[in-house]
Amino acid sequence: MAEFALEPRGPEVQLAPGESAREISGRSPWRIAGRRLVRNRLAMAALGLFVLIVVLCLLAPFYANHIAKTDPFESNLTGTTNVNGEEVQVVQETQGGLGLGVTPIGPTWQGNYFIGADNQGRDVMARVLYGGRASLQIGVASAVICTLIALTIALLAGFFRGWTDSVLSRVMDLIWAFPVYLLAISLATVLLTKPQGLKWGPVTIDPSSFWVPTWIIAIVYVPYVYRPLRGQVLSVREKEYVEAAISQGASNLRLMFSDILPNVITTAIVLLPLMIATTILTEAALSFLGIGVQAPQASWGTIIDDGQNLLYTRPLVAIVPGIFIVLTVLSLNVLGDGVREALDPRAKVRVRE
Amino acid sequence: MKRWFVGSASLLTAVALVAAGCGSSNKSSSSTQTTSSGAKGGTLLTVANAAPSGSPDPQVNYTLQEWQLLILTHDGLVGFKRAGGTEGTKIVPDLAQAIPKPTNGGKTWTFKLRPGIKFSNGKTLTGADVKATFERLFKIGDSPNAGTWYNVIKGADVCLKTPKTCDLSPGITVNGDTVTFKLTTADPEWLDKLSVPFAYILPASTPPRNANIPPPGTGPYMWAQYSPTKQIKLVRNPFFKEWSKDAQPAGNPDVIVQKFGLPVEAEVTQVQNNQADWMFDQPPADRLGELSSPKYSSRVHVNPLTSTWYFAFNVNEPPFNNLKARQGVNFATDRAALVKIAGGPKLAVPTCQVLPPNFPGYVPYCPYTKNPGSGKWTAPDLAKAKQLIDASGTKGAAVKVNTDSTDTDKALGLYFVGLLNSLGYKATLQALSPDIQYPYIQNSKNHVQFAFSDWFQDYPAASDFLVILLGCGSIHPGSNSSPNIAQFCNKSIQAKMDHAGQVGITDPAAGNKIWAQVDKEVTDQAPWVAMYNPKYIDFVSSRVKGYLFSPQWYFLLDQASVK
Repeated sequence: MAEFALEPRGPEVQLAPGESAREISGRSPWRIAGRRLVRNRLAMAALGLFVLIVVLCLLAPFYANHIAKTDPFESNLTGTTNVNGEEVQVVQETQGGLGLGVTPIGPTWQGNYFIGADNQGRDVMARVLYGGRASLQIGVASAVICTLIALTIALLAGFFRGWTDSVLSRVMDLIWAFPVYLLAISLATVLLTKPQGLKWGPVTIDPSSFWVPTWIIAIVYVPYVYRPLRGQVLSVREKEYVEAAISQGASNLRLMFSDILPNVITTAIVLLPLMIATTILTEAALSFLGIGVQAPQASWGTIIDDGQNLLYTRPLVAIVPGIFIVLTVLSLNVLGDGVREALDPRAKVRVRE
Repeated sequence: MKRWFVGSASLLTAVALVAAGCGSSNKSSSSTQTTSSGAKGGTLLTVANAAPSGSPDPQVNYTLQEWQLLILTHDGLVGFKRAGGTEGTKIVPDLAQAIPKPTNGGKTWTFKLRPGIKFSNGKTLTGADVKATFERLFKIGDSPNAGTWYNVIKGADVCLKTPKTCDLSPGITVNGDTVTFKLTTADPEWLDKLSVPFAYILPASTPPRNANIPPPGTGPYMWAQYSPTKQIKLVRNPFFKEWSKDAQPAGNPDVIVQKFGLPVEAEVTQVQNNQADWMFDQPPADRLGELSSPKYSSRVHVNPLTSTWYFAFNVNEPPFNNLKARQGVNFATDRAALVKIAGGPKLAVPTCQVLPPNFPGYVPYCPYTKNPGSGKWTAPDLAKAKQLIDASGTKGAAVKVNTDSTDTDKALGLYFVGLLNSLGYKATLQALSPDIQYPYIQNSKNHVQFAFSDWFQDYPAASDFLVILLGCGSIHPGSNSSPNIAQFCNKSIQAKMDHAGQVGITDPAAGNKIWAQVDKEVTDQAPWVAMYNPKYIDFVSSRVKGYLFSPQWYFLLDQASVK
């Protein structure tokens, strides 16, 4: 499982290797970070790749309607498609021999069924793009929710310390005690098998809603983000300017949001891309196991699962979404490194497996 | 029974209401010869993904996997003939010398035991063993069908209340080698119920608790090893002497082994390479093309099953409490697409009705097709479907399509989500874990609207489908064991079912004619979308000779020769 650790840093802007004091003097920390990030070619390439994937996924409806000309969520078991001027079955019965089984059409390398069809006769490329929307949406949303929850708890625990810190930290330890995937699978199994949906007072969430995997993934990772943030808050809480603000009678809210939060937010920002990469992987794993995104919706994980039964005959069904996951996670990890170097070149944020 | 016999027998509560002819079926169902004889000796090595689920006790286990082995080690008073085709559905005397004619209006059955038959522990079979076996069936406490199939024995009601002190003296009397059963009511399926492993005779000394390995039996083999994580091993019973080739022929291999723990893909590869002789599980979809090739085709055997796969409408829940809506969906269903999900036309046959082909009472009937009349489904009739759904006034209703999360069943569910949406409903998929889906859809409290299910015969009798799955007595509101998932109860049809049962006691052929009429009337009421009747694939090694498929027990392992 992923585990994040961060050495606390002060609010001062640090010099990056090869950077002169003149280059950063008089500039805001955000502008300096932005400048550093833009200068990092590897991070920019990773950002470009990530943006390209996002744009491709956003174009999924256009691709499905105007290029593939198919509904990627509708079965097309008895349909035909035109390949090089010839009408062929999308799901073809085995010819010759005993004639057992059926095989979906393979890659046509043209607009319709570019990389072939799945067992339901659906266009896999269109599903990969739609699946990317789901994977990215869940990955980003769960990472953001997780970070926000962790940041809030870390602020409360680190600022008030004492019993507040003890209680909140023990709750986090309790969640941390469970292996991430075991906890996620347990939660998903319980929540998704409530056929009437999840009801909290007036709020009802359908089990097939994206919000179910989003919240599950967000919750299981909170302790992993909470730990470094709490350390950061505890460190900042002891700084002289915080002491000074306290002596001037600043309210707790002001201390938390004006003095401490701005000095720990960079840590949260550094963690965010890495968290998104991690949550996308977790979503893919849960969906592969059938407890993430629910059919007929698609995510990269569900498409790999669909392709599992076609590994011998149509391996691209599983390989292509796998490649998309690899490229997305790779780009986010490289981008995360770039963000860390830009915001604080001396900080040591690392992901331990 | 539910797929691969995993259903609980409490599903079969309605059987007692039934009367059906249990005689012959109409057509041959086996792909191969009807009898087998081959070289003796050698070890038949079979592989399976996992051990049979549940207790290995023959009076408790309810899986095809174990039953295929239990028939080789144990015997009932009567049994299904070990043969392919229609012959395999006939009941022949086994431990009994002959099949008796019932007396007292079908309530008394007297069997005379064959002399000199010994259990694998060397003890001679006696009438006391027969009585003790049926008492143990109740004493053991969790025999799935004790309360539904064998509760017709006089005194069984007391045994069900106080199992530990079960005494069936009022219902079973033993006089030397003669055993007489007295039933509370005439049961046309009594011989069928005596022919399945629950009623196989065990030594009277068998403890009345779940056994870790099946106790001694009278068959040609005996259980030498049962390790749920490793393997089952059957070896020859040294005391067995063949008394009836029809009922219990001497087997060919000296040893039969079933190893567990291989993924299904690996099972295929092992059989391909002759490292194993047969795989219990069905080959995965992406290996079927390979198995179809001339290289393996001579080792692949495809046989039709007496099973129907269907989606049940809940006739008490909107929108499918409307007959026109149900009929409309039936007309719109493209069964050719569903057959493709099942693996193509060589592995499934479209159907519109409840009873499967080659089954007592089966007469082809399909009103939900373009150009009806031939009894066969040819194509969906979308125009008629839309017309009916428009007339039903149910368009726009929300429908949850319930299925389980296994690949094929989920694919079937997805097909219907698309179809219902195209017909104007707002359909969503509800895919539940296979462990909970079946109990869930039976419970009326869950208000399931449209649910996937399937059914495999317990024994060849029309009531095994029609009464259990669509009889009024099979509805148990609020219970997880209410096999009439559609909650369909039509009093006129129920009266016809009762009549068919009564007629079948004395005249099975006449009874089956009435069952055919029941099947037709039920189909017209459309409580289901009957989808297809599946076929079963057996893949064997090149050294297996004399493959024989029984419509009741499937591949008869002991009739294969591996030497």
